Amino acid sequence: MGRSRGDLIVFVGKRLLTLLPVLLGVVTITFIFTHLAVPNPCNVWSGPRATQSTIQQCIVNNDLDKPIFNQYASYLGKLVVGEWGASPRGVPVLPSILAAFPQTLELVLAALVLMVVIGIPLGVIAASNSGRWLDHIVRTFYLSGWATPTYLAAAVLSIAVGPLLGLPRNGAFTSTVPPFPQPFHMSVLDALVALNFSGVVDAIAHLILPASALAFVNMGIATRMTRGSMLEVLPMDYVKTARMKGISDFFVLYKHALRNSLISTVTVIGTTMGGILSTLVVIEEIFLWPGLGSYAYEAITKYNFNGTIGAVIFFAIGVVVANLIADFVYGVLDPRVEWR
Amino acid sequence: MDAQGRTVKAGASTTPIARAKAFGRWLRSGSLGFYKVMRANPLTLVGFVLVVLISLAALLVAVVPPITTALGYPVQMTPYGPNDLLPCPVVGNRTFCAQPPSVEHWFGTDRAGRDVFSRVLAALPLDLAIGFLIAGFSLAVGGGLGLIAGFWDRPGTVGAAVSLTIMRVTDVFLAFPSLVLALAIAATLGRGTVPCILAILLTWWPYYIRLTRGEVLAVKHQPYVVAARAAGVSEWRILFRHVFRNILEPLVVYLTMDVGTVLVVFSTISYIGIGVPPDVPEWGNMISAYGDYLLIYPWMVIFPGLAVFITVVAFSLLGDGLRDILDPRSRRALAQAEASTTAAATPAAPEA
Repeated sequence: MGRSRGDLIVFVGKRLLTLLPVLLGVVTITFIFTHLAVPNPCNVWSGPRATQSTIQQCIVNNDLDKPIFNQYASYLGKLVVGEWGASPRGVPVLPSILAAFPQTLELVLAALVLMVVIGIPLGVIAASNSGRWLDHIVRTFYLSGWATPTYLAAAVLSIAVGPLLGLPRNGAFTSTVPPFPQPFHMSVLDALVALNFSGVVDAIAHLILPASALAFVNMGIATRMTRGSMLEVLPMDYVKTARMKGISDFFVLYKHALRNSLISTVTVIGTTMGGILSTLVVIEEIFLWPGLGSYAYEAITKYNFNGTIGAVIFFAIGVVVANLIADFVYGVLDPRVEWR
Repeated sequence: MDAQGRTVKAGASTTPIARAKAFGRWLRSGSLGFYKVMRANPLTLVGFVLVVLISLAALLVAVVPPITTALGYPVQMTPYGPNDLLPCPVVGNRTFCAQPPSVEHWFGTDRAGRDVFSRVLAALPLDLAIGFLIAGFSLAVGGGLGLIAGFWDRPGTVGAAVSLTIMRVTDVFLAFPSLVLALAIAATLGRGTVPCILAILLTWWPYYIRLTRGEVLAVKHQPYVVAARAAGVSEWRILFRHVFRNILEPLVVYLTMDVGTVLVVFSTISYIGIGVPPDVPEWGNMISAYGDYLLIYPWMVIFPGLAVFITVVAFSLLGDGLRDILDPRSRRALAQAEASTTAAATPAAPEA
C-alpha cells in the first residue's frame, strides 16, 4: 500500500464496494418499517371516498395481498434494474429524486462553503486569542449555533431576518418555473449556463437564507475542531521556528499551523455529514426548497413507500460518499497517510 | 459525578472504619478537584448550576401533582394547568387572547388563551426525561455492543465474526440520517409520544457503538492491559476492571452533551408535526404552533425556544467541564495553568 494513483483507485473501489451491503441494509430496514407498520396503505392511498372495489384493486395492483417476503424480493429485483416504482399518485420516483438531489447538493455545498469560509477562520481567531474576549465571543457564537434547534434558527431566519434584509425565503426561484431550461437542477448553475444574469442573482438570493441556516447550526463543529487542534499545534516547535524566522503572523497561523489542524477538522466535517443531512429535511421544509429533504418529508408523510425508500437510498449514498471524500481530503492534507 | 471511574478500592481496606476513611479521603479529593475545576472555569459552574436547577424544576413539576391528590388540597408547580384556557379580555366584539408578558402571565398567553409560562414548565419533565432515557438507553446498548466489538476482534475467532457483524449493522444505521429514519418510523407508527421515543431510540445507539469501540481499541493495547493479561487476569475481569473503567470518562462526557442533542431531535419531530399530539405541552410543539406569528406574538415562540436553548447549552457546558474533571491530562493542564501565575495565555483545557 502506498500513495500511487493505482493505490488510490483500489482504495476508492473498495470503499464503493462497501456501499452495497450498506444500501441493502438501508433498503431492508426501510422496507420492513414501511410495510409492516402500515399493513394496508391502500386505505390512505385511495382516499376517504374510495369504494371497496377500488381499494381491492389497489391491493392487487401493489401486490399487497402477497406475503411480505415475496413483496420484498420482487421490490428488490425491480430496484436493481432501475424500476424504482411510482408514488401512489403515479409520479415515477427515480426522475423526481434525480431532479431533487442536485438541488440539495447545491444547498449543502453552499452551506459547506459558508462553514469553511467563516467557521474555520473563526476557529483560528479563537485559538490565537485563547482566553481573551475574542475567544469567548467566538465560543459563544458556535455554542449558540449548536444549541439552537434547526427549526428555530430556520424559522427566525425565514420570518424575521429574511424580510428585514429583503431576501426571498421560499423556493429556489421567484417564479416556480424559471424562464430557462434546468439541465442540472442546480439553480445557480442552470442560470449560469443559460447566461441569464438576473436568474443568477435571483438564484443566489434564494440560496442565502437556507444555506445560512444550515451553516449556522452546523458551523460549531468546524469552528470547535479548528480551535481545539490549533491550540494543540500552536505551542509546537515548528510554529515557534516559523515565528522566529520573522514570518508574518498571518502566514504562521494560516499556512503553518492551520494546515496541520485542518486534518482533524476535515475528518469531523465528513463524519458529521449524516447530521447535516438530517437538519436538511427541516430546513428544506421550512424554506420550501425543492430538494431531497422536502421530497423525503412529503414521501414519508403521504405514505409514499417507493419515494421514501428511494430518498433514503440517496441519503445513504450521500453519507457514504461524503465520508469517502473526507478520507480523500485527509489523505491529500496528510502526506503520511497511505491509501488502504 | 466524581464517582465515575474511581470507586473505593474495597479489597484494600478491610474494616468498615478503614473503608469509611478511604471513602472520606476519596470524597475530599474528589470535591477538591471539583471545586478547583469550577473555580478555574466559571462556565462549567454555570452549566452545573443550570443543570441542577433544570432537573430540580423538572422533578418538582413531575412529582408535585401526584402529591397534591394524596394530600387532598391543590398545590401547583405551574401557575396554571398546561391546557387551562384562561378567560380572554373582550376587545370590541371579539375575544382577544395572546396577551404579552405581564405580571400575571410572565411569558404571556398564547392564541388559545393558555399561559405560556405554565406550558414551558409543564414540558420540562417530558423533554428532560426523554433526553435522559434515550441517551442512557443508547449508552447501555451501544456501549455494550461497542465494548464487545472493540474487545474481541482477533481475526479468525467467533468474537471477530460477531464484531464484524456488529460493525456492519452499525454502518448501515450510521448511513441513515437519523432524523430521516426517525421520521419514517414515527410517521408509520402514528402520531404520539411513544412512537416518537421508539423512533429516536432505534436510530440513536449506533453513535455510541462507534465511540465505545474506538475508545476500547485505543485502550486495549496499553501496557497495563497487556500486563494484566500476562499476570493471568481473566478476560472478563480485564474487560470490566481495566478496559471499561478507562473508557467510561469519554462516554460520560458524550452522554451529558447528548441529552441536549436528543432533546433537540425530539422537539424537531414534534415541530414537523409527527411527534407528540398537538395538545401536549412540548417545546417543539409550541414553537411549531405559533412559529408563523414570530413577529406578531414573539413571546409565544421565543420563550419555548429559549427553554430548548438554555437546556442544551447547560448540558453542553457541563459536559465540557466534566471532561476537565474526569480527564487526568486536562486536570494536570489545569493545575499547571493555576501554578503559572504569570498572565501567559496557557490554554487551560483545549477542547477536543
